[in-house]
Amino acid sequence: MSDGPPQQVTARQDRTTGPVADRGLDPAARAGHVGHPPRMGFFTDTSVCIGCKACEVACKEWNAVPEDGLLLTGMSYDNTRGLGASTWRHVAFIEQTSRPAADPDSPGQHDGEGQEGRDEMRWLMSSDVCKHCTEAACLDVCPTGALMRTEFGTVVVQDDVCNGCGYCVSACPFGVIDRRESDGGAHKCTLCYDRLGDGLTPACAKACPTESIQFGPLDELHERARRRVGQLHDVGRSEARLYGADPDDGIGGAGAFFLLLDEPEVYGLPPDPVVTTRDLAAMWRHAGIAAASLAVAAVTACVGGRR
Amino acid sequence: MKARTGRRGGDEQMVPEAEFTSYHGQPVLKETVWGPAIPSYLFLGGLAGASSALAAAAQLSGRPQLARTAKAGAAGAISVSMGALTYDLGRPARFVNMLRVFKVTSPMSIGTWLLSAYTPLAWAAAASAATRKLPRAGLAATVTAAALGPSVAVYTSVLLADTAVPAWHDARRELPYLFVGSAATAAGGLGLLAVGPDGAGPAVRLATLGAATELTAERLLDRRLGPVAEAYRTGRSGALMRASRILAAGGTAGALLGRRNRAASVLSGAALLAGSALTRFGIFEAGRASVRDPRYTVGPQRERLRQRGQPTPRSQTA
Repeated sequence: MSDGPPQQVTARQDRTTGPVADRGLDPAARAGHVGHPPRMGFFTDTSVCIGCKACEVACKEWNAVPEDGLLLTGMSYDNTRGLGASTWRHVAFIEQTSRPAADPDSPGQHDGEGQEGRDEMRWLMSSDVCKHCTEAACLDVCPTGALMRTEFGTVVVQDDVCNGCGYCVSACPFGVIDRRESDGGAHKCTLCYDRLGDGLTPACAKACPTESIQFGPLDELHERARRRVGQLHDVGRSEARLYGADPDDGIGGAGAFFLLLDEPEVYGLPPDPVVTTRDLAAMWRHAGIAAASLAVAAVTACVGGRR
Repeated sequence: MKARTGRRGGDEQMVPEAEFTSYHGQPVLKETVWGPAIPSYLFLGGLAGASSALAAAAQLSGRPQLARTAKAGAAGAISVSMGALTYDLGRPARFVNMLRVFKVTSPMSIGTWLLSAYTPLAWAAAASAATRKLPRAGLAATVTAAALGPSVAVYTSVLLADTAVPAWHDARRELPYLFVGSAATAAGGLGLLAVGPDGAGPAVRLATLGAATELTAERLLDRRLGPVAEAYRTGRSGALMRASRILAAGGTAGALLGRRNRAASVLSGAALLAGSALTRFGIFEAGRASVRDPRYTVGPQRERLRQRGQPTPRSQTA
């Protein structure tokens, strides 16, 4: 570890000291699955999202996720607020004004008032979901083994094992998983593990009318996503970028990645998420020194005087 | 949607004010589901662990009264600590599920196994000392509990640091020292409170070392953390941290100056215990504050990207 402020400790440096040095392997194999199917995932292309929320509804219906609040938030068309124990797909709505020099005919552009002298407006819509990280913090810290890696490389909570300790909630760098008040357990997207087992497409991707949510083997999705970014760049949408597609990022790449049209934080996503278990060895080292100091202090206190 | 990275205390400013963006001001991270039982569990675990170390050292240096008190304190504190941990679970009846696996990547898993080994030893040491039965087994339990005690006091610092919570993860280097310092302060305080001025010399010395470590670690944390240190300085967490510093410093001064006075010793011991507890509540609250405000999540990550050569995003909104 360097001696600078924590911001200077880049994920890149920390990685070499982390306990998860074999991150290059595919996560299902690392978890002990032999002869497993290819890693499956989501590619959410936000440039074609129309904000219909069919994914939110389909997810709730299929997974029998309970209702979690019917309220008006004032956050554009978003009354869902964010992912949580009972929200496994969340469509974010961002209304932006005065976006300079954008081509109104290009995809994803839903402009309102485009006339001379008036503010241009653009919608950003994005269906957020659990990232199914290659190095998943929730899974790392879970003390019961309730969180597990499936043969598809996804991350799933086994509800009959979870004791509701809540560690995963604070460990997730995306703020995805949460504890449900009504049953005390942690819940999140399963990437429709039950449907996958039957060779079906997850409910959200199946319901998406614009193929903004695409499901498939992760390799194929990466290929498709790169082509899509190229296409958008060719028509002048230089702001199009992939999020979560880089295996060298702080989580070893995501199993559910995105094409975004603005910075991640605009959509409520962390710009540089890191799985903190990478720093675990360094943390235990300091803890060891501190514990030894405490033992020495106790002895010193007793030999240091007459009373 | 655009917000200025807010008011921070005058000349304490460490990075230039920068624009930061969030999704309708919503936090990026999930607020911890842990309640006040968790900082209590942190405090009591520290008190128990450091008390066990003090108990063994006191017994081996011929101070049976202090040793007996410290053992009773350790046994009581760890019992309540385990109770608090279990109480905070969403499904307390499934506590035992933590014993179905041993995971090196989970500080909570390691801690549970550590507590499972330590707690019966702390009970045995205290029971033997109180009943004066089985002295040899009691000594063995005392020494083994003392060997595990410092780990019991420190593992919770790694538990907090191994989260995405900015104020906890960024403080990963200082937290272990802060935790053992706070633990030593508490154990010293309890010894002083229970034994009184005569025979509490080791307790006072341990508390002094503890308070000095605690205050130094806090100072280093404040200097190294940059903008995230604000979470420890402002609001509820700031008030708790300030109160804990005053109690630790005041308690230490009282313990050293009021050596011959019973009332001063009791007061100082209580102040040291309270100071240690408030430290844990302060750290806990700082973590919560750093999650609630997306600035603490987005700001340092943006800065990290900037240092890796990625340009700061240009504004796309008015």
